[in-house]
Amino acid sequence: MAGIDWLILSLYIVFVVGIGFALKSSMKTSTDFFLAGRAIPAWVCGLAFISANLGAQEVIGMGASGAKYGIATSHFYWVGAIPAMVFVGIFMMPFYYGSRARSVPEYLRLRFDEKTRGLNAISFAIMTVFSSGISMYAIAKLVQTLHVLDGPFQRFGISSSRIFDFAILISAVIVLAYTFLGGLSSAIYNEVVQFFLIVAGFLPLTWIGLKNVGGWTGLKARLDPSFTHSWVGLGHAHTNRLGVEWFGLVMGLGFVLSFGYWCTDFLVVQRAMAAKSMSAARRTPLIGAVPKMLFPALVILPGLIAIALPTQPAVPNANLAVMAQPQGQGIIPYKVDANSGKPALDKDGKPQLDYDLAVPNMLLHYFPPGMLGLGLTALLASFMSGMAGNVTAFNTVWTYDIYQSYIRPNATDEHYLWMGRVATVFGITFSIAAAYMANRFNNIMDMLQLVFAFVNAPLFATFLLGMFWKRATGHGAFSGLLSGTAAAAVHHGLTLPAGAAAGIKGGWLGLGLVHTYPSEMAQNFWTAIYAWTTCFLVTIFVSLLTRAPEEGKLVGLVYSLTARPEEEPLAWYARPAPLAIIVLSATVLLNIIFW
Amino acid sequence: MNLDIRLPIGILFSLLGGILAGYGLLGDASRNEQSLGVNLNVGWGFVLLVFGLVMFVFGRRAMREAGRKTAPRS
Repeated sequence: MAGIDWLILSLYIVFVVGIGFALKSSMKTSTDFFLAGRAIPAWVCGLAFISANLGAQEVIGMGASGAKYGIATSHFYWVGAIPAMVFVGIFMMPFYYGSRARSVPEYLRLRFDEKTRGLNAISFAIMTVFSSGISMYAIAKLVQTLHVLDGPFQRFGISSSRIFDFAILISAVIVLAYTFLGGLSSAIYNEVVQFFLIVAGFLPLTWIGLKNVGGWTGLKARLDPSFTHSWVGLGHAHTNRLGVEWFGLVMGLGFVLSFGYWCTDFLVVQRAMAAKSMSAARRTPLIGAVPKMLFPALVILPGLIAIALPTQPAVPNANLAVMAQPQGQGIIPYKVDANSGKPALDKDGKPQLDYDLAVPNMLLHYFPPGMLGLGLTALLASFMSGMAGNVTAFNTVWTYDIYQSYIRPNATDEHYLWMGRVATVFGITFSIAAAYMANRFNNIMDMLQLVFAFVNAPLFATFLLGMFWKRATGHGAFSGLLSGTAAAAVHHGLTLPAGAAAGIKGGWLGLGLVHTYPSEMAQNFWTAIYAWTTCFLVTIFVSLLTRAPEEGKLVGLVYSLTARPEEEPLAWYARPAPLAIIVLSATVLLNIIFW
Repeated sequence: MNLDIRLPIGILFSLLGGILAGYGLLGDASRNEQSLGVNLNVGWGFVLLVFGLVMFVFGRRAMREAGRKTAPRS
């Protein structure tokens, strides 16, 4: 990297930490720290809502999927995000924001009972710590692969084997600094800065890439049609690149996984709960949905362009050696086996492409010094926004739902504010440990992520029944969640994606295989569908067997017992319902255009 | 909250845009070979500068108004 690139990167770091300092004096109560004083304007919450979700793994991973599966990757946005974001804003936010709950697990306690909250709070806290650890690991690996720090390390005579440690430490310290000082406000404000930086870094990349290949028409001419259609071929799992049929995609991704994430995950819901009014909270996911539906242009298209470019010996970039790797297809190199140093082969003996390098290589390919600094800063910003999202969700759930509930109730507000800061420090410390664990034992991390998927899959059934069926009981919800998770595990243990060996990919129950899916994605979607259905049915069944909850206690928590939220006098386009219709129509239009 | 986020965003993007545009103007053209001969630094730097200035103006106006509302009348 050139001096100008370092200047841009440093300027960004000064600003994110500076925002933390600027907000420090506003942190007087625990509500200021954990809920941003419930005083944030809707557009700020809306951008933070999607920015917290837009981690580095998303930017890198969506570019990789774009190169691998083509424009069909946009289903993760247009099917797998927008409908759920509209639903949470219109139908669920009144209960999250309107109830006295300070977190999603706390809503579960008010609506159901202590054990359901405990299950959700503890599993969520563990997951956030590991997720931020895994993203920290990913960014440190990327810094290593791109040789960003090799130059400075050589200059100061430090061994390059320390780059991984340094990258972990410095990213942890920066995120710690601003979340420790300014709590959720600082995280949200920085997420807005990060949102604009990500757009600033990636928009010109898409523009210049498209210019190079002759626009969307030129891109279509260079690629197989299976890359440039999102719905064509989805009638059958074997006729599209994803390896999923439309039903599995719409139900598994579009309904179970997407609603399970956007409607119940405290990491995103927390951003809306910080809004200054009920209508601002409801508009938060709707405002976020507007840029969200356009993100495929920023994160998926560069991947498609990377694979469409002629395979060429690329221009060597100053100080960055990544382009010297063996060429694969387009500007995506072959994957190199870390042990042998030779290209990694797939099960048919063909060399595998390292799709994760699609976006980083696009930056190196097109951006001169200056712009390259901006692009790399955008990558770093996406990583930080994702990590701070996890950290602030963790410290709130830890302090309110675990510490205040089970360890030390009835302490002063000052004490909980102090605890929130302490939780920020040890949450990040655990994340660092998780990052090193990911580095040493890759399999453990894969296994953990699998377990998280089992725990998350049934969640939306619990919330759906809790909010819209007043008869649902705490025993019903708790047994539903456990059996849903068990159903996910059993389904995964009895099935395998085509060509995979029994083990982490499935079939590990050792009882033979009930079904072989055409792809891992299809297996994941169907695991979720089974988990959700089991949770839904068991919750209903057990609820009917147990004593109905008292209706008086459910006011504000269940749809049929809650007054409709009053509309503030707002312009028509700022009201939630018209906004939702605009967002959904635009999404349908995008699906038709890229049919 | 006593900080309007548009203010720091405005300052950051004005600085970034200014630095990029200045760097792009001063350098020689060979630097732009990578980016298809387009001087991305100048073009995009200018866009970011304008965006930053607009955010700054709106942010400062909002903070002044907020200050006027909370300040005691003299």
